[in-house]
Amino acid sequence: MKGMLSLNVLTGILNSMIALATPFLYAAIGETFAQSAGVVNLGVDGIMLLAGFAAFFVALTTGNLWLGLLAAIGVGILMGLVMSLVSVTLKAEQGVSGIGLYMFGLGMSSLLFKVLIGTVKTIEGFKPVSIPFLSQIPYLGPILFHNSVLVYGAFLLVPLSWVILEKTSLGLKIKAVGQNPAAADSLGISVVGIRYFAVCLGSALAGVAGASLSISLLNLFQDNLTSGQGFIAVALVYFGGWSPLGVLAGSLLFSAVNSIQLWMQVLGVNLPASVAVMLPYILTILALMLSSNRARQPAALNKPFDRSEN
Amino acid sequence: MPASGSDLVKGDKPASTFDWAKVLLNGALPLAGVVIALAIAGIFLALLKTDPMTAYAAMVNGALGSTFGLTMTLVKATPLLLVGLGICIAFRANVINIGAEGQIIMGALAGAVVPISMPNAPGWFLITAACVAGFASGALWGFIPGILKAKMRVNEILSTIMMNAIALQFMNFLLQGPLMDPENIKRGTFLAQSARIPQQAWLPRLVPQTLLHAGLILAILLAIVVYIFLWRTTIGYEIRAVGLSPDASRYSGISVPFNVALSLTLAGGFAGLAGVVEVIGVQHRLMDGLTSGYGFTGIVAALLGGLHPLGLIPASIFFGGLLVGADKMQRAVQIPSALVTAILGMIVLLVSGAGIWARRWSAKRLAGGRRTAGGGRSAGSGRSAGSGPTAGGERATEAH
Repeated sequence: MKGMLSLNVLTGILNSMIALATPFLYAAIGETFAQSAGVVNLGVDGIMLLAGFAAFFVALTTGNLWLGLLAAIGVGILMGLVMSLVSVTLKAEQGVSGIGLYMFGLGMSSLLFKVLIGTVKTIEGFKPVSIPFLSQIPYLGPILFHNSVLVYGAFLLVPLSWVILEKTSLGLKIKAVGQNPAAADSLGISVVGIRYFAVCLGSALAGVAGASLSISLLNLFQDNLTSGQGFIAVALVYFGGWSPLGVLAGSLLFSAVNSIQLWMQVLGVNLPASVAVMLPYILTILALMLSSNRARQPAALNKPFDRSEN
Repeated sequence: MPASGSDLVKGDKPASTFDWAKVLLNGALPLAGVVIALAIAGIFLALLKTDPMTAYAAMVNGALGSTFGLTMTLVKATPLLLVGLGICIAFRANVINIGAEGQIIMGALAGAVVPISMPNAPGWFLITAACVAGFASGALWGFIPGILKAKMRVNEILSTIMMNAIALQFMNFLLQGPLMDPENIKRGTFLAQSARIPQQAWLPRLVPQTLLHAGLILAILLAIVVYIFLWRTTIGYEIRAVGLSPDASRYSGISVPFNVALSLTLAGGFAGLAGVVEVIGVQHRLMDGLTSGYGFTGIVAALLGGLHPLGLIPASIFFGGLLVGADKMQRAVQIPSALVTAILGMIVLLVSGAGIWARRWSAKRLAGGRRTAGGGRSAGSGRSAGSGPTAGGERATEAH
């Protein structure tokens, strides 16, 4: 227990907290776009899995990490198109179609992994890049300014998505479509078009989230690599009150718990591993309970839009 | 029965004759979904340089080509049917239970602990006690997300997924500690499995030399019970009313939170029973990987079965066969059985997407057949569309 308090351990915890927040941030901010437009995409975890596999496979075979990232984005957009087709055009119950997308991603990534790769291999993923001067700041510098490109990208995405959602006409359209699709429709905004765009953007970001696991954080692929992180990301959107800043707070909270949990195992704290692994899932349920104040929830969330009904 | 009940009966009369459209909606659309999913998977197989015809032939042969295959198909259909019954009940209340995996685990835990802790009790007692305890612990695992949804509007899809992960870790903890097989520890193998349950607690075999056990009969009987429960009892009526229109239910004095929590609790109970049956009927111990994804496959079976307890029986047998066939395919053409998970996902996407045609059809028939009371049209639209691909059609043909 003495080791718990040492500065090195604290730095280690903070370091992995920043890194572990990355997939949550990409996936949850992506989901924020989709939900702001009124579509709950529960397939995030499946997208992360298949895109994470694609990134890993392409990086492994071509040796080019950027091509891998591109492949992940491509897979994300394709799966987003499927989700949009089923949930927006065909107006399926979003909870059900999302689970279908998840199962497809889970099964397909496992199938392709076993056929095309076979055993767990590791690659050299994105390396940490030090930002000049800032990384020299004592203690905080190495934690905040010595990370991989995808980590910086995730944290830059927070203000960027906030500006898009709050300060641009595109963001206004997205939110209008999620709040009152009939009114948006009567103003000439294409409800279907905006929802397709928001779902595909969200899915592309879910793809990056998967890639951040397979070619930046863990640098490997295995069956069910995400172990439900995509679902936690969806929960974070509720927790964050459909705002990128709320999502940031939630992601940091979750990655802090994850990182403390990992370090407890490293330090051999006397807690069974399975109990420690349980913590983030219990925390997710608690977070969902705390976020039951739904004042900010998009009014048309989960509701397919049908012109003939209005 | 609340006043609105008479409306239902009155409004449903015209559709009480044999309804070809209903047969089409409940049967043909899902089947088309299955065929398309298998065709798409065939394209993927071809891309992976495997002949889809050879792969599918191995699948059919594995599931139906031998006594072993046929009985295994029914063995796997049993937990799917039990899980699916729970999913149906929840779906009827417009609640989506993704938590069957965890509920199966909790049921299996009770189903193993009860006989192991009473090695000298008579068999009939152990089997009954295991079933009751397993139903109860599965029900508890459904009640928690149920009450959270009813009281705090916690999204049940997310909470049940988290409950799955918690149950899995709980089982891991027990299997690596208090429940680990003492024989195992003596031999130093430390496998993550419990001791065997005493032999008198095993479910009787239906066909000697196979794994087919009495659980299948229990599951089919329960399917009939659930059918009667949903369509012939007041409480079942209330559950369906809440699913079709929460607002109308509230006005007629039906408690929406109560029925939401109840439906998830019952769903958990049936999944828990599936776990018990898997332990006392097949594995005879608690072990890692016991759920075999039944919790997710059961959802797909329920959708394919038209969210109807009796439609679920053929649907479960079909998916039981698919799982057995996939094992055979894996050995015959080296295509991992994960393919089945991908196929299941595609079926869900296709069937849920095809719901639009089911709803359009039923709306057309409602409009054409008769002038409907206020609630009639709204049943085909908006929130109630969420109670499943056939919900719209069901509303029009309620009385049978």
